[in-house]
Amino acid sequence: MYDSPIREPLILGRKTHKQITDDIVAPILGSASWKWYLTTAFTALVMFAGFGAIAYTIWVGIGTWGLNKTVGWAFDITNFVFWIGIGHAGTLISAILLLFRQRWRMAINRAAEAMTIFAVICAGLFPIIHMGRPWLVFWFLPLPNTHGSLWVNFNSPLLWDVFAISTYFTISLLFWYTGLIPDLATVRDRAKPGSFARIVYSILSFGWRGTAKEWQRFEAVSLVLAGLSTPLVLSVHSIVSFDFATSILPGWHTTIFPPYFVAGAIFSGFGMVLTLMIITREIMNLKDYITLEHIDAMAKVTMVTGMMVGFAYATEFFVAWYSGSYWERYIFLNRAFGPYWWSYWAMVTCNLFIPQVFWVKKLRRSPWFVFIISIFVNIGMWFERFVIIVTSLHRDFLTSSWRMYTPTWVEVTIFVGTFGLFLTLYLLFARYLPVIAVAETKSILKTSGDQYAGLSYEAYLAQKKATAPAPVAVPALNPDEPKS
Amino acid sequence: MNPNPEKPMAKYLIGLYDDEEKLLAAIEHIKKEGLPIHEVCTPFPVHGLDSLLQLKKSRLPDAAFVYGALGTLTALSMQIYMYTIDWPVNIGGKSNLPFPSFIPIIFELTVLFAGVLMFLSYLAVNRLYPGQKTRVFHPRQTDDAFVVAIADTTTWDKAKELFRKTGALETQVVEL
Repeated sequence: MYDSPIREPLILGRKTHKQITDDIVAPILGSASWKWYLTTAFTALVMFAGFGAIAYTIWVGIGTWGLNKTVGWAFDITNFVFWIGIGHAGTLISAILLLFRQRWRMAINRAAEAMTIFAVICAGLFPIIHMGRPWLVFWFLPLPNTHGSLWVNFNSPLLWDVFAISTYFTISLLFWYTGLIPDLATVRDRAKPGSFARIVYSILSFGWRGTAKEWQRFEAVSLVLAGLSTPLVLSVHSIVSFDFATSILPGWHTTIFPPYFVAGAIFSGFGMVLTLMIITREIMNLKDYITLEHIDAMAKVTMVTGMMVGFAYATEFFVAWYSGSYWERYIFLNRAFGPYWWSYWAMVTCNLFIPQVFWVKKLRRSPWFVFIISIFVNIGMWFERFVIIVTSLHRDFLTSSWRMYTPTWVEVTIFVGTFGLFLTLYLLFARYLPVIAVAETKSILKTSGDQYAGLSYEAYLAQKKATAPAPVAVPALNPDEPKS
Repeated sequence: MNPNPEKPMAKYLIGLYDDEEKLLAAIEHIKKEGLPIHEVCTPFPVHGLDSLLQLKKSRLPDAAFVYGALGTLTALSMQIYMYTIDWPVNIGGKSNLPFPSFIPIIFELTVLFAGVLMFLSYLAVNRLYPGQKTRVFHPRQTDDAFVVAIADTTTWDKAKELFRKTGALETQVVEL
């Protein structure tokens, strides 16, 4: 009568601790299928095509891009903001959801954090390439120099970006690795003694043993890193938005930008997490860990952040009208009905309208449907950055300076190449590192495994009593002890 | 084989459990009997273990605060030195001590210092580093088994008895 479920199970298949290890670690130590090699070879090829286009840009110059005097900032910075946005879901999932004690994060946090790191690597390429002279990248840094020690400009949001993104990358990497150490030790102890894998994972796991003290410190460090990452993740995209918001260009200098960009980043990040996790759970057979419950939860976050972004679009229009600023109003009308109208409506359709299907529970729980929607989210968020950057620039203050912007093959190849880089890194990660946080998943087995959850507390206790092993009458001693 | 002949390998009696609740009950029992527990190794963080073993609270979060404060001071003094003292540039008559502009970098360096230095301290106090010798009592301790290790040889007979009574899968003597 009172058997109301206490919570939905997060781990299906009545797993034991051992099975969790087997399911996640065995593919790492086994050999990869030819499909993995084929896919990785293909993504690596795309990556090298991108590197080729980067080399061509550096060799010949930025003139190989479609930029002109009016639109002097387009594809590169769009891609930069796009990738940084994707890099926000990982830290959100692992840090903010950890602080909120959301247990469903545990199945996806490892992969999402890995995505964060890879996406930030892709993003970081663009500001360096678009400098034109990337060998002078160290000019970003406040270093003593021969120009009479002329320092960097601390008033510039572009400089804040350098600090924000390098901090974000470092902290995400450390957070990720902190969680990886115990799991790498699990891989180490399962590898054949003396094998190459054993040696490599021994080095990578830093000699982790899992003592009570180690775990106590592990939890302390995880919690503090989560607490640090939470404001960090919000600050990074706020600072990225300052790149635009602190300028005096209509369409850019709006105070709504920081929250608008952060919501958009979470939205696009979850879009990419859904895209990759739905494929990963299918191919690596992780459906017991990344359940429909997880996809459901992520779809909800996607829809909510999508509507926040949609609300920001509406606010921008309202303020453009309400401000009475002639230029502001023109830019926004031009965005929706000017020559780039198609990109504006692609953005609104993909980000605001299409995710509304997630009101229906049945659709949130059909993986392939969610997968298709997540692709739309990725496209929509790329267009959002394109719309903000290009439509605000292409109509200059003087009509004689009005220009259109079209990317060249070089820019497109670089962008596609970053997808190659991202996917190659992700494929290597999925092959050689545990895609699911093994230790953390084990720690929630007793509260969220399907054999424990979904029962009332009384029923749980009764079940526990019934299944508890009887006290051992004959001691199961190791016959050949003492052993050395 | 002992890789370090000067330091003889220590022997431990270990009891292996397959369930965290059994482990907690066993530790309680062993402690009640007054046997000194050398180490407990688990494949994942077990709640209630640190209070049962009376482990002191980790001071890493306090250290992180100090590291963060160090980052704040570094960022503040760096920006004031470079922008205000060493080479004040006149940019349209704007202030050379624009405190609001300094805030983003102050925040970022606070987080960076706190995070990086805490991570390094965490590795240092746990003696974790690449190339550290692997000293596991039992290969299953990172998989699905919970290990209680006892170093004091005089208590081994009693400990064996207790392990048996509390439902250990097996007991054995290991050398590390």
